[in-house]
Amino acid sequence: MPELHEFLILGAVLFTLSVTGIFLNRKNLLVLLMCVELMLLSVNINFIAFSHFNADIAGQIFVFFILTVAAAESAIGLAILVVLFRNKNTINVGDIDSMKG
Amino acid sequence: MTIADLNLALVMPEIFLLTMASLILVIDAFLPKHLQHLSYQLTQGTLIGTALLIVATSPTGRVLGMDGLFVNDQMAAALKFFIVLIGFFAFIYSRDYLRDRNFLKGEYFVLGLFAILGMMIMISAQNLLMIYLGLELMSLSLYAMIAMHRDSQQASEAAMKYFFLGALASGMLLYGMSMLYGVTGTLDLAGLSQAITEVPKEKNMFLVFGLVFIVIGVAFKLGAVPFHMWIPDVYQGSPTAVTLFIASAPKIAAFAMLIRLLVDGMHNLHTDWQDMLILLSLLSMATGNIIAIAQKNIKRMLAYSTIAHVGYLLLGIIAGTTKGYAASMFYVLVYSLMTLASFGMIILLSRTGLEAENINDFKGLNDRNPWYAFLMLILMLSMAGVPPMVGFWAKWSVLIELVHVGMVWLAVVAVLFAIIGAFYYLRVVWVMYFEKAEDMTVIEAGMDMRLALSANVLLILVLGLMPQTLVALCLRAFGI
Repeated sequence: MPELHEFLILGAVLFTLSVTGIFLNRKNLLVLLMCVELMLLSVNINFIAFSHFNADIAGQIFVFFILTVAAAESAIGLAILVVLFRNKNTINVGDIDSMKG
Repeated sequence: MTIADLNLALVMPEIFLLTMASLILVIDAFLPKHLQHLSYQLTQGTLIGTALLIVATSPTGRVLGMDGLFVNDQMAAALKFFIVLIGFFAFIYSRDYLRDRNFLKGEYFVLGLFAILGMMIMISAQNLLMIYLGLELMSLSLYAMIAMHRDSQQASEAAMKYFFLGALASGMLLYGMSMLYGVTGTLDLAGLSQAITEVPKEKNMFLVFGLVFIVIGVAFKLGAVPFHMWIPDVYQGSPTAVTLFIASAPKIAAFAMLIRLLVDGMHNLHTDWQDMLILLSLLSMATGNIIAIAQKNIKRMLAYSTIAHVGYLLLGIIAGTTKGYAASMFYVLVYSLMTLASFGMIILLSRTGLEAENINDFKGLNDRNPWYAFLMLILMLSMAGVPPMVGFWAKWSVLIELVHVGMVWLAVVAVLFAIIGAFYYLRVVWVMYFEKAEDMTVIEAGMDMRLALSANVLLILVLGLMPQTLVALCLRAFGI
């Protein structure tokens, strides 16, 4: 059985990956959506690991709620993406810049 | 646990709002064309009913419900009442605007009601899970509200930006919550506050690590610099009717979230979060006030002014005394009333084919309609913090609390930035009174809109002359 800190390192690595993905990605909005999902999943790893090692069930309940909300969130994200594509004919991050100042 | 432990009577306003929102969603789908206005009336009726229930369930002390997940105290009742009031006004302002642009649909009101429900849950949350769920219910509804203007390029762009930065903020907040849960082993805010006192020294680092992420998450939601990038674009890109909703009520909810997390849950880490908030507050006041000067678009200018106001709002929390929290609460309530009316003015000047988004659209307003120019004058003076407007009392109350805890330097810096900030508000006043109007079209608006806007501004004027009632309400909310 791996130790608690190993789970936490995995969670932190995934979290960092997703945040860097959001800031560095200059190509595609779909990749951003994936990064957001990855971010929520990395938090889930933390919660489950803590829940197991603290012997407390509340963390796992929290995970169920995060999963549900993540599903709703990606549904809305994709819907907005469709609206955006119909208006601009592109989902390139660099082209989403009509407002400045 | 029995059903009596749930204390359902306490949650009545939320239950009523949820039931009605779901009902309106279904009813709206089956309404014939000529009865479509019914969903608007039902929505306003629901808000009135919710407000009455909030007053009826308002407790004298602190009562827990839903097996300890839900708390109702005087702060919660006062903030919820204001959110419902603001929602009521926001819907009045937005109806004509939406009808002129062909997207007056029942979904708009249903999404608005769900957003208000989310805010009420955030305000009454006594558990990290409840805070997260309330926050998401609010945010998801708001994303959809912006994107409802489907043919607008700017609106869909604004929705996309809001969505990604909002999701990033929730992710940060969740990561912080997972750290707190790991160190303390509880999700309950009262339990958290208790457990933090017992955490051994060597684990304190993990607590602060989690705290950093929580502060970042809340700062994103409030729009404090350096987590403010979304605010100008979202305010400018969203349809004005939606901007006025996002700019006002959610700030009250974010304030409540800050109080619940930092004060109720982590008061023992006060010295740690105080430094972070000082940094956020200084940067917000500086960036907001200085960049706002360069704006030509009034929605964008108000967005930067929001950022600056968030800086001032944080000052009371930085002071770290109950009186300081009450001052911040006074600030956020006053701020939302002022923002609501300012965006209401923009809607009033807009018509089909003109968005009145530019400061130049306010040129010569005094010649076109002296009463509306007078209303805008009061708003701008109040936002700038000119005495005896209520905006002055709001700034005064947070600054005086800072001086009481000995942070005179911060108060002085805040005053300096307020003076810089006065410039761009007064420019709007200048444009209205001393420049020639380019467009003398008569300003038309429905009776309800004109009455509501005048009432809104007169409320601000009266509060400025007699701030004692609202101040007393805020002090009572924190048990003073």
